[in-house]
Amino acid sequence: MAITKDTVKYVANLARIGLDDKELGDFTKQLDRILEYVHKIKKLDVSKLEPTSHVLEMKNVYREDRVKDSLPASEAMKNAPAKEGNLFKVKKIIGV
Amino acid sequence: MELNKLTAHELIGILNKGDILPIDICNTLIGAVRKKDQGINAVVHFDDKKPVERCKALGNDKSGALWGIPIFIKDNICVKDELTTCSSNILEGFRPPYNATVIDKLLCSGAVLMGKTNMDEFAFGSSTETSCYGATRNPWDPERIPGGSSGGSAACVAADEAIFALGSDTGGSIRQPASLCGVVGLKPTYGRVSRYGLIAFASSLDQIGPIAKDVEDAALLLKVIAGHDDMDSTSVDMPVPDYPALIKQDIKGLKIGVPKEYFIKGIDPEVKQAVRSAIDKIEKMGAVCEDMSLPHTEYAVAVYYLVATAEASSNLARFDGVQYGMRPGQVTSVIDMHKKTRQQGFGSEAKRRIILGTFALSSGYYDAYYSRALKVRTLIKRDFDEAFKKYDAILTPTSPTPAFKIGEKVEDPLTMYLSDIFTISANLAGIPCVSIPCGFTKAGLPVGLQILGKAFDEETVLKIAHHYEQATDWHKRRPLT
Repeated sequence: MAITKDTVKYVANLARIGLDDKELGDFTKQLDRILEYVHKIKKLDVSKLEPTSHVLEMKNVYREDRVKDSLPASEAMKNAPAKEGNLFKVKKIIGV
Repeated sequence: MELNKLTAHELIGILNKGDILPIDICNTLIGAVRKKDQGINAVVHFDDKKPVERCKALGNDKSGALWGIPIFIKDNICVKDELTTCSSNILEGFRPPYNATVIDKLLCSGAVLMGKTNMDEFAFGSSTETSCYGATRNPWDPERIPGGSSGGSAACVAADEAIFALGSDTGGSIRQPASLCGVVGLKPTYGRVSRYGLIAFASSLDQIGPIAKDVEDAALLLKVIAGHDDMDSTSVDMPVPDYPALIKQDIKGLKIGVPKEYFIKGIDPEVKQAVRSAIDKIEKMGAVCEDMSLPHTEYAVAVYYLVATAEASSNLARFDGVQYGMRPGQVTSVIDMHKKTRQQGFGSEAKRRIILGTFALSSGYYDAYYSRALKVRTLIKRDFDEAFKKYDAILTPTSPTPAFKIGEKVEDPLTMYLSDIFTISANLAGIPCVSIPCGFTKAGLPVGLQILGKAFDEETVLKIAHHYEQATDWHKRRPLT
């Protein structure tokens, strides 16, 4: 086994995804098969290789520090599922 | 004359003569969508009043390169105040407060936005079956998938519901559906087109590109959308060539590689034969074709499904029920809200990929999976760097098989992932490539030829594609819809 139910459960929690029992069982089986497949990269010697996180030959990109118009708060808030004034509204976080 | 069956460059000629108006084209397409799309399900957000208003407001200044030409947009590209949902329940009702840069460029060029096209949820798929709006059907055979993830864009172009469309390509999502629907699909070089306003899947791999009826239209559309953008620091500051003019230059003497790793056991014999004949034809037209090797090809799918899912798990963390999209009614805490939103909002494939990506990045597994995958990516990129010292372009099949049946691979994610086997390497290496029609199977399903080129050398791949197209008529065939 490349992955167990407990690991899937643990990782799903890290990713903040709720799973029901059927999903947990199915995903464990499917992810196990996928990981078995990707294990083929283990047979290569990578000790002398640099990682490629990005294909472009660029590092930092700078621009002039200019003031530009930004989105009005009312526009930025337009899609919020719950709001109060210009604030996103969620359940209480502190002191629960 | 049926205006919906024409290409953009043909329509531009007719518009310039003044024989028709933009509204005539627009109305023809509205009619085509109404008549055909119920059976295809390529278009997911369509409000026909909007393009009609746009046509009326266009005025008479025909200076824009796409004045009066209608275009469909994949549902993961932001259009201000228009539904943009990535075909996912989690973005139900989302209307972006701004345009993607490619949309601003299209509007400046005088194009008419028609509507949004169906896709695999968040572009996670190769069949357009994971959409929350249901699967798109292949216009050549409604029992089959159109490919994915830009299946809606490819299908609406193939069915003449559209003139052309934008897609996005992270591991083949423009080229594979173009191949399976018998149209042209171009993935530009990473950095050629701004990604600002493209809802991110894997930020080091994603590119927006055209899906069109011929190579000239793909070149025309690329010229409009390409170029540096202050809003995307990975867009590269290089001049944009005049692609529609450059594709007409001669291809005699070009050196072309044919990698043996792309003609393996398991490839459909009819696909293999169509692609081999296309290579022979290109050779007869004066290019020099030679067998060669890209030795690390077999690792591409494994690397991709670690790198792309890792990036996706990070990009999709923003969908948490706070700022936009859906949120379930009954929640007990903020964490409960995050979990329930993501449980109810994401489909299975999105969940599977986020979990796989989170796993590859998590402590204890990072070195064995994510970090190792990035190092193997270096080997894949080096294969291409070496090859392009010798060759101007590389020819391969786009997909190992023609369109498969709806439902055939849904229960088996790994088999689905392997359908991207020939398209993924180009994204890992960041290079441009195009898929063009190169034949049909006996059952009447389209086959695509893939042409890969050097970074920022779109003109060479388009030039080869255009010359092949001029010598064949595969791209002129249309399904009965």
